[in-house]
Amino acid sequence: MSAGYLKTVWGAVISLLALALQPAWAEYGLNMPEGVTPLSRNIYDLHMLIFYICCVIAVVVFGVMFWSIFRHRKSRGVKAAQFHHHTTVEIIWTAIPMIILILMAIPATKSLILIESTGDSDLTIKITGYQWRWHYEYIEEDFGFFSSLAPESNEARQLNSGIDPNEIENYLLEVDNPVVVPVNTKIRFMTTAADVIHSWWVPALGWKRDSIPGFINESWAIIEEEGTYRGQCAELCGRDHAFMPIVLKAVSEDEYYDWAGDMMVAALDADVGADREWAMDELMERGEQVYSTFCVACHQVNGMGIPGAFKPLVGSPITTGPLDGHIDTVMNGVAGTAMAPFGMQLNDVDIASVITYERNSWGNDLGDMVQPSMIADRR
Amino acid sequence: MSYAETHEHHHDDHDHKPTGLGRWLFSTNHKDIGTMYLVFALIMFFIGGAMAMVVRAELFQPGMQYVDPQFFNAMTTMHALVMIFGVIMPAGVGLANWMVPMMIGAPDMALPRMNNMSFWILPFAFTMLLATFFMEGGAPAGGWTMYPPLITQLGDGFPFLIFTVHFLGVSSIMGAINIIATIFNMRAPGMGFMQLPLFVWTWIITAFLLIASMPVLAGAVTMLLTDKYFGTSFFIAAGGGDPVMFQHIFWFFGHPEVYILILPAFGIVSQIIPTFSRKPLFGYESMVYATAAIAFLSFFVWAHHMFTVGMPLAGELFFMYATMSIAVPTGVKVFNWIATMWRGAMTFETPMLFALSFVILFSIGGFSGLMLGITPADFQYHDTYFVVAHFHYVLVTGALFALMAGAYFWLPKWTGHMYDEKLGQLHFWLSVISVNVLFFPQHFLGLAGMPRRIPDYAVQFTEWNMISSVGGFVFGISQLLFVWVIVKCVREGKKADEQVWEGARGLEWTLPSPPPFHTFTIPPKVDEATAHS
Repeated sequence: MSAGYLKTVWGAVISLLALALQPAWAEYGLNMPEGVTPLSRNIYDLHMLIFYICCVIAVVVFGVMFWSIFRHRKSRGVKAAQFHHHTTVEIIWTAIPMIILILMAIPATKSLILIESTGDSDLTIKITGYQWRWHYEYIEEDFGFFSSLAPESNEARQLNSGIDPNEIENYLLEVDNPVVVPVNTKIRFMTTAADVIHSWWVPALGWKRDSIPGFINESWAIIEEEGTYRGQCAELCGRDHAFMPIVLKAVSEDEYYDWAGDMMVAALDADVGADREWAMDELMERGEQVYSTFCVACHQVNGMGIPGAFKPLVGSPITTGPLDGHIDTVMNGVAGTAMAPFGMQLNDVDIASVITYERNSWGNDLGDMVQPSMIADRR
Repeated sequence: MSYAETHEHHHDDHDHKPTGLGRWLFSTNHKDIGTMYLVFALIMFFIGGAMAMVVRAELFQPGMQYVDPQFFNAMTTMHALVMIFGVIMPAGVGLANWMVPMMIGAPDMALPRMNNMSFWILPFAFTMLLATFFMEGGAPAGGWTMYPPLITQLGDGFPFLIFTVHFLGVSSIMGAINIIATIFNMRAPGMGFMQLPLFVWTWIITAFLLIASMPVLAGAVTMLLTDKYFGTSFFIAAGGGDPVMFQHIFWFFGHPEVYILILPAFGIVSQIIPTFSRKPLFGYESMVYATAAIAFLSFFVWAHHMFTVGMPLAGELFFMYATMSIAVPTGVKVFNWIATMWRGAMTFETPMLFALSFVILFSIGGFSGLMLGITPADFQYHDTYFVVAHFHYVLVTGALFALMAGAYFWLPKWTGHMYDEKLGQLHFWLSVISVNVLFFPQHFLGLAGMPRRIPDYAVQFTEWNMISSVGGFVFGISQLLFVWVIVKCVREGKKADEQVWEGARGLEWTLPSPPPFHTFTIPPKVDEATAHS
């Protein structure tokens, strides 16, 4: 081997090491984030402990194996020994792993007990998973809102959109309405779902928890640093599983109360207009907004759906048929399909306007209007 | 004592091999059926592999480039179903068909007609499953785990998925019954249970796992079927049902299933390492007991697949401790393999190279498995690429590598030709390097926060995904070389003698290569020299 060749190899090894140890480490993401809560740090420490133990075991076991591979090869002229058991050795290598496992189980048990201590919280947020967005309800303050993928990301993530994801800030990890919480407060998260199983996961909090229809799961966090923390749905929930991110803003207590106050006022305003007659252009404008938030993922911008998977709305027997059937489908969904019962998610104005929009767009021209009062009558 | 010596006064050249298509359609011959299983597995390997290529192509960079997210989900779902039920399991049964009768000195399987049926169900079942791609609603896209309520959103393909699972279960159970009946009743005189080659032992235990777990899966999917079409509410919360119950039932099947995939691999490796170390297997008895212990424990750990569904603390602790305890018998097996190599006289032909890489890479999968078993840490790892990396290390570099090792090990016996050693080693090195480029970065992706089963991702995950995809493409293309080596070996090559490998021991190596159509029509005499290696 020439000295020049050795130099090249060493050069490559050193530059690889340098690459791995750079601050770029964090950017490329090699390891679990430490997070910003007592639980996340606890879990991180546990993760690192098991990881190091596994590394030591690997070095010892593979070391012995490679030693054997290099020394005990026929090409070195060795003659094979013929021993085939050794009781003492076998007992030792059964006992040692047991001891190591017990040593791992002790901190893991402590950590688990801490994770399950969900009592004494100061703030409760109920998280409901929908296909494909999250709903947050602040139980004590009595307001709630949907949180969906931000429009910029949503546009860029369409098949062959021609938009470079690198140009979008926080591509796929940005939402329209982030969930805002105060720092240094014990928050209890209750997770459930309205349609299929989802899983709410913000790595910085240290855990994920499945949100399951018919179940309410509890978890908790005390966030110790202000900041914006991002996460995603972690349980496969259908076509747009990858497109229902979570953005959690941890702010000071004062800031939080300002925000919560605004939200409570907005909650009172939400139903304004439910008892008046709406004009066609008002309904169409509101309907387009609702459609592009709740319906577009399956039925697409052009209302054509996706052949074989999601039905088209253009010229369909429902959107161009009797009004009753259309309202029924939107409010109650279609069992056994991804068509959710939107009666539970949307208010009267939203439902009335989106149905009006569907009946008068993309070439559908029935000309009929649905008023919020018609929806209220059916509740 | 060689086959020729024991059979010199007995003419076994009445090899009335049926000819034409009938030979295969109506076959009751364990060797032909074994060949069909293996060829079927190889074909499905490329179908499942093509789906993986679509997945890796879409994940090469952020943004959606080639397929709709729904189709992407169908790709991941079908890739898993095809690889598990169409590749690893049939390949294992194929090896059992070929080798078990020859290893225990039996003339054939105990139930030859059932053997025929359990194979021929498979092509029909998979035709049905793959046909769902052309149905209203597309192929299953709710994950191979078929969790409700999501899976019930599947369109016309749904009943086909359920019936495919039923058929696969029937096929597996019949295969398992056959293997048990053969080993229990048809061992050559003098071959007690503790003289069985380890591959035969691992198949006994695997067969019992199959019989115990497959009906549970059948029950679970039948309940899905009635939930969708017959108004029951086993898993529908709105009707008083429990979606989590499906997961409990599924994984009560699913975890033993993991060992159904890996135990025959343990058996293969336990045949190969002694052969190329020219030394008896270290700790034969502890190997048998460890395998049995792993199988027994596999029925008590299912909930570690679902720690995040929200279980009582006591349940989480129980399943964590039970899961961790599996590391002990698994460790014993790894230590025994290494002790077998220790002070042996090793050579490194292709089967040995695959077996050695199995020991290392399967252990890496074992380490990440141990990490996943620690419940608090699992709250971070669960449903991320860390899990994807873990189970591909145990299933690809574990089960699949062992099957490939077995194929190279026994090819000369089956075909009568040595395979091309140079090409075999090239296949090995291409595979072992590319598979690590493919799966190792997925550990980083998972830890850094990338969920599994997503067709598009945030831009900070780009670099590792690109590297992983490149590894995936190279690994995929390298497998064409495997086919070429097999085809070449069937057609030509240096004539193999009956012993084939210098260090090989056991009854199958007393038969000519290739063995005649019917072997051991008179039971061989088993002594210390011909018993297990």
